[in-house]
Amino acid sequence: MGYLELQTLERHFGSVKALNGIDISLGEGEFLSLLGPSGCGKTTALRLVAGFDRPDGGRIVVDGKDVTHVAPNKRDMGMVFQAYSLFPNMTAAQNVEFGLRIRGRDKGQRKGRVAELLELVGLGHAGDRYPHQLSGGMQQRVALARALAIEPRVLLLDEPLSALDAKVRVQLREEIRRIQLELGITTLYVTHDQEEALAISDHVAVMYGGVIEQMGPPSEMYTAPKTAFVAEFIGTMNRLEAQVVDGSAGEVEHAGTTLRIDAARGHANGERVLILIRPEALELRAAVDGSAQGANMLSGEVLTQTFLGPVTRVKVAGGLISDMSTAGAAALPVGAHVVARVPEEGVQLLTLPDDAPALAELALDDQ
Amino acid sequence: MKTRISFSSVVWLFVGAVYFFVPLIATLLFSLKTGPNYSYSLSAWSQVIHDQEFWKTVKLSAILALESIVLSLGLLVPTAYWVHLKLPRVRTYVEFVTILPFVVPPIILTVGLLQLFNNDLHAPVWYLGQPYTFLVSAYVVLAFPYVYRSLDAGFRAIDVHTLTEAAQSLGASWRTTFFRVIIPNVRQAALSGAFLTLAIVMGEFTIASLALFNTFPVYINQVNQEQPYEAASLSLLSFLITWAAMAGLLLVGRPPRSGRRRFLIVPARQTR
Repeated sequence: MGYLELQTLERHFGSVKALNGIDISLGEGEFLSLLGPSGCGKTTALRLVAGFDRPDGGRIVVDGKDVTHVAPNKRDMGMVFQAYSLFPNMTAAQNVEFGLRIRGRDKGQRKGRVAELLELVGLGHAGDRYPHQLSGGMQQRVALARALAIEPRVLLLDEPLSALDAKVRVQLREEIRRIQLELGITTLYVTHDQEEALAISDHVAVMYGGVIEQMGPPSEMYTAPKTAFVAEFIGTMNRLEAQVVDGSAGEVEHAGTTLRIDAARGHANGERVLILIRPEALELRAAVDGSAQGANMLSGEVLTQTFLGPVTRVKVAGGLISDMSTAGAAALPVGAHVVARVPEEGVQLLTLPDDAPALAELALDDQ
Repeated sequence: MKTRISFSSVVWLFVGAVYFFVPLIATLLFSLKTGPNYSYSLSAWSQVIHDQEFWKTVKLSAILALESIVLSLGLLVPTAYWVHLKLPRVRTYVEFVTILPFVVPPIILTVGLLQLFNNDLHAPVWYLGQPYTFLVSAYVVLAFPYVYRSLDAGFRAIDVHTLTEAAQSLGASWRTTFFRVIIPNVRQAALSGAFLTLAIVMGEFTIASLALFNTFPVYINQVNQEQPYEAASLSLLSFLITWAAMAGLLLVGRPPRSGRRRFLIVPARQTR
């Protein structure tokens, strides 16, 4: 049994099922990110755990105790909000002290704890500043110190970095993780930024349409997505719809081309499948006479090149994306005919249910 | 950086100053005249200040103002908080209701209030016969638009939801959240509302006169009918009182010691 448990949690807003029975079990001291696009239910789940909202079904259990109907101010949950949640009339130190005052700690104890926490978040010098005198990043550090001051049973973070600059965001997320590991505090983190979730979590739960599509360690989410949505949402993925033509030989057909893929072995003939290839696994070469040559080759014309720093992302007509070295990409200018070799091994295959929507219909943002 | 002031703005400023100050200067000069020779003296001022009735009515109006302020804020701060927190959709309707006291003429308001308290609610005689009860009820209605709108602006400038939830997650009860987090952050808005109420009550004539209460404005009117010089000095005194209230508003409306408070734009809440 986990330290924090969400058991078939449901929440409806009118006819909209914001949460459709989610189950989460998180061990003590673990860091779980709820990841998904806007409206997927991740914030709803967090608010239910915080107690700001009540579920229509299911239970929330912390350390063996059912807290589903406990008022938010009695739950001992530290919460960090998206932005500007600091009390404007109080200094940074007074903000951090607030929860301790409510708990009736004596003055000496409070002072010590406030100093310690401001030091922990790197703001030992800024205790007497008011929120409007602090930058966005500093405000979120104070908010984190304030949430930690009460020694919460669970730390909840609701997109705490989304209002910050890219650079501060990366810096602060690493610090959140450092502090979380240092204190060993059970943490639930909501974000729509997959890179952020993968970078700092022990576990990631990808949510879509009020359900958890897949939950697991970040590396598993990246290398072995279990649904088309997860494959699309985590990182960038080439998704090729295909049909199994020879299950015993592992042959599928995509857009008139037969591809041999190890993962297709054992699939029934005629089955609709989705071939998933990471852009870094797809090799591009200049086509000699404009058509595909050899086995497992797809051809097309280079549409765009995007310089990403370490690599250049090349988009090819037909929906192929390849990340290749910038030097290699220079040889394949926009308009060039190229061939892409689909590797036989290390490619993932998902069975598409007959009623699965076409991929284009999956509503995705931030991609 | 030096800003050049254009000639036309100086002219307009001058015209405005003339428009504003000439009547005041004329009133002041008039209030300083006495007797058949129209000689200058402070006798009208001295007479007003030594009039028992002056102090009595000023005191009454001040008490009424204070009572109205306490009642208005006591009623409207929690209301505005709740509307912003839990009933954001009701905001438009409340705003409409705040216009009503402007469109209802004071005489209708007085008759209506008398009708309501006397015939419908069967209020006791002491309630209707006391300025501290009946008049204050009317003044709270009159001040409602000003107080509510000031508060509304104050609540719009803070993120009521997030502050409330932050306080609660830290263990604060509703009471603590309200008094320690919400009130300090709408303090300036509440004070503006309070001073507007003060100005309204100190100058309200119609209702007090119709309901036969001898407040400060009613007293000014009485003096005006018999003693023109004294009335002029009284008018100026009433101006001074209003200005003092305005100055008070400017003083307390000043930002806290750490410079102007900057209200940051909060990104839209994620859809849940």
